[in-house]
Amino acid sequence: MSCSRRDLLKNTFKATLASALPLSAFKMLSPAQVKASVGDSDVRWVFLVDTEKCVGCGLCVKACKNENEVPYDPPITRTWVERYVLMKNGQSHIESPFGGRDGYTDTKIRENEIPADQIAKGFFVSKLCNQCKKPACVQVCPVGATYQTMDGVVLVDRKWCIGCGYCIMACPYGMRFFHPIHRVAEKCTFCYHRITKGMKTACVQNCPFGARKIGNLKDPNDPVTKIIMNERVSVLKDEYGTKPQVYYIGLDTNVR
Amino acid sequence: MSVETIAAQGGEHMVVHGLEWTAKELFTYPNEFIYWSIQIVMYPYMTGLVAGAFVLSSLYHVFGQQDLKNMARFSLVFSLALLPVAMMPLQFHLQQPFRGINVMFTPHFTSAIAAFGIVFSTYAVIVLSEIWFVYRVYFVDQVNALKGKEGAKDRFMYFLYAVLTLGAFDTSDKAVALDKKAVKILAGIGIPVACFLHGYAGFIFGSVKANALWMSPLMPVIFIMSAVVSGIALCMLTYIIIMEAKKWSTIIAKGKGDESVKVIAGAELDVITKTSRYLLGFLVAAITLELLDLIFRGYTAMKSWDILRSVMYGKDFINIFVLQYTLGNLVPFILLLMPRLTIRRIFLALILVLFGVFMMRWNVVIGGQAFSLSFAGYMHYHLPIIPHNMETYKEGLFGALTVVATPFILFWLINKVTPSLKYR
Repeated sequence: MSCSRRDLLKNTFKATLASALPLSAFKMLSPAQVKASVGDSDVRWVFLVDTEKCVGCGLCVKACKNENEVPYDPPITRTWVERYVLMKNGQSHIESPFGGRDGYTDTKIRENEIPADQIAKGFFVSKLCNQCKKPACVQVCPVGATYQTMDGVVLVDRKWCIGCGYCIMACPYGMRFFHPIHRVAEKCTFCYHRITKGMKTACVQNCPFGARKIGNLKDPNDPVTKIIMNERVSVLKDEYGTKPQVYYIGLDTNVR
Repeated sequence: MSVETIAAQGGEHMVVHGLEWTAKELFTYPNEFIYWSIQIVMYPYMTGLVAGAFVLSSLYHVFGQQDLKNMARFSLVFSLALLPVAMMPLQFHLQQPFRGINVMFTPHFTSAIAAFGIVFSTYAVIVLSEIWFVYRVYFVDQVNALKGKEGAKDRFMYFLYAVLTLGAFDTSDKAVALDKKAVKILAGIGIPVACFLHGYAGFIFGSVKANALWMSPLMPVIFIMSAVVSGIALCMLTYIIIMEAKKWSTIIAKGKGDESVKVIAGAELDVITKTSRYLLGFLVAAITLELLDLIFRGYTAMKSWDILRSVMYGKDFINIFVLQYTLGNLVPFILLLMPRLTIRRIFLALILVLFGVFMMRWNVVIGGQAFSLSFAGYMHYHLPIIPHNMETYKEGLFGALTVVATPFILFWLINKVTPSLKYR
């Protein structure tokens, strides 16, 4: 069998053309084009944590675990409450056993009694997914199993996640973990199944003190939006450039 | 054992990934564990060996380094044996191993891992075709030699080689010259691809902005240099072992004073001494970059430096400064530079170099998870030794040993078809 250079080139050209023609029926769209074609959402979910109101009862963590079927006994959790105890000598004690699920009723921290007269200040800070505007977890997912919805919430496709853990590594807030039963990446979804039906998230619903609030940043009349716009609020770890969307009232420089 | 660990073990069927081998100290976030364990240490280690072995063979094929001629063929075939093993640790590590192929179906290109499948396959194609061009004439010779022979084994080998020639039986001078040219071109393309494959592994870590230890633009370059170091060291080590085995089998067959024993021993020392010069060069480059990274972190002393310093100079001091830099870099460096090299001394130095690169991978992957994202606590990794379920096998000592053993088994198989250890 012989094949001249001319034949080879000719046939290669033909084959390329023949295989390229059916492909031309498809069109590559940029994310911006897709967004333009489906229209923009008039909702942007945001969260507000008022640390001044939090008493560390842990009801939010309990409610979240039950609502979202996160196994109750293992220490993993979608949301948690941290206790900060700062001493007069500048020392700090921080803890969150079981994510603060059982409430902070003990005066001991990691089995050490904290002398009450030495305490300068103490407070609780609750944490949940920041549903970042520029989520690092979505950027690093190799298969696109985690994605951002139009209304700003980051979700995980449990049927497509390969369980590589890159998103867990990429989150500066340590929000993600592997679900022990589904064996895929798991995270706080702002109770997406609830908020899209007009309900509050489980943690907001169960907070007896109104320390947790959820709102729509695109609605100027939303009470949460009003606070974020008109009062002094801050976010966690803005140095990573992920543009977190959980706002805090009363954050302290010691908060990690 | 913490209260949390005991409580978690109450739920029998529920395995919280990472809980078993992570010990926490002071304040860490509830979901923080050592998620990337021994297999992720193995992944850049094995990829590095592949890339290094290929670069070594290319030094001869592309730059015509005649002193590497004997080594080149061997390291090329060895890099093929190592190739599938670069994928193995990833498969072992995935929580959903059967979905691993999704990376090829829906690659999400903003992710550093997404292109791995593509880069890796490209590299595999280059290595396979280069080997084909190197061995094509040999395949044709075998087909001619085995033609018409009876016996099941000969028949099988005949068909195998016939298939391997891909129908190209032309062994004229012109065709052979073309083969050589093709090898040169492929090896030339292969070097940047091999470096890319491995630099890319470095990028996977270096681009994680949440991790204070990993995030560094130097990471990919450091990974390439140490990759080449480990690749060359492994090729030399395997070469020594095989040549020693040949020497001893010759001694047993022909007696100690036989001329052929001296020929083998002389050729062995010659090849190894020459290759060790390249090893030294890359070793210097790797250490320089690593120290630059360390000094820069200390000098700029960003927010994370406090906790990084306490990990590097405190908790991981032995791992980093004693095992990696002293035992893995400095000692072999001196051993290789001292005059009157002997095979025995080189052998020791090579083992230490391989160990040093492994410790470097360990200190990056495990060390990067040794401190909490809160910068207020630590995590310690306890490698599972005796497995008691699939998870502790896969991400334990025996999983890692499986990965280490595989390339040697593969090399033994491949070498039966493409012999790469002719000494002359």
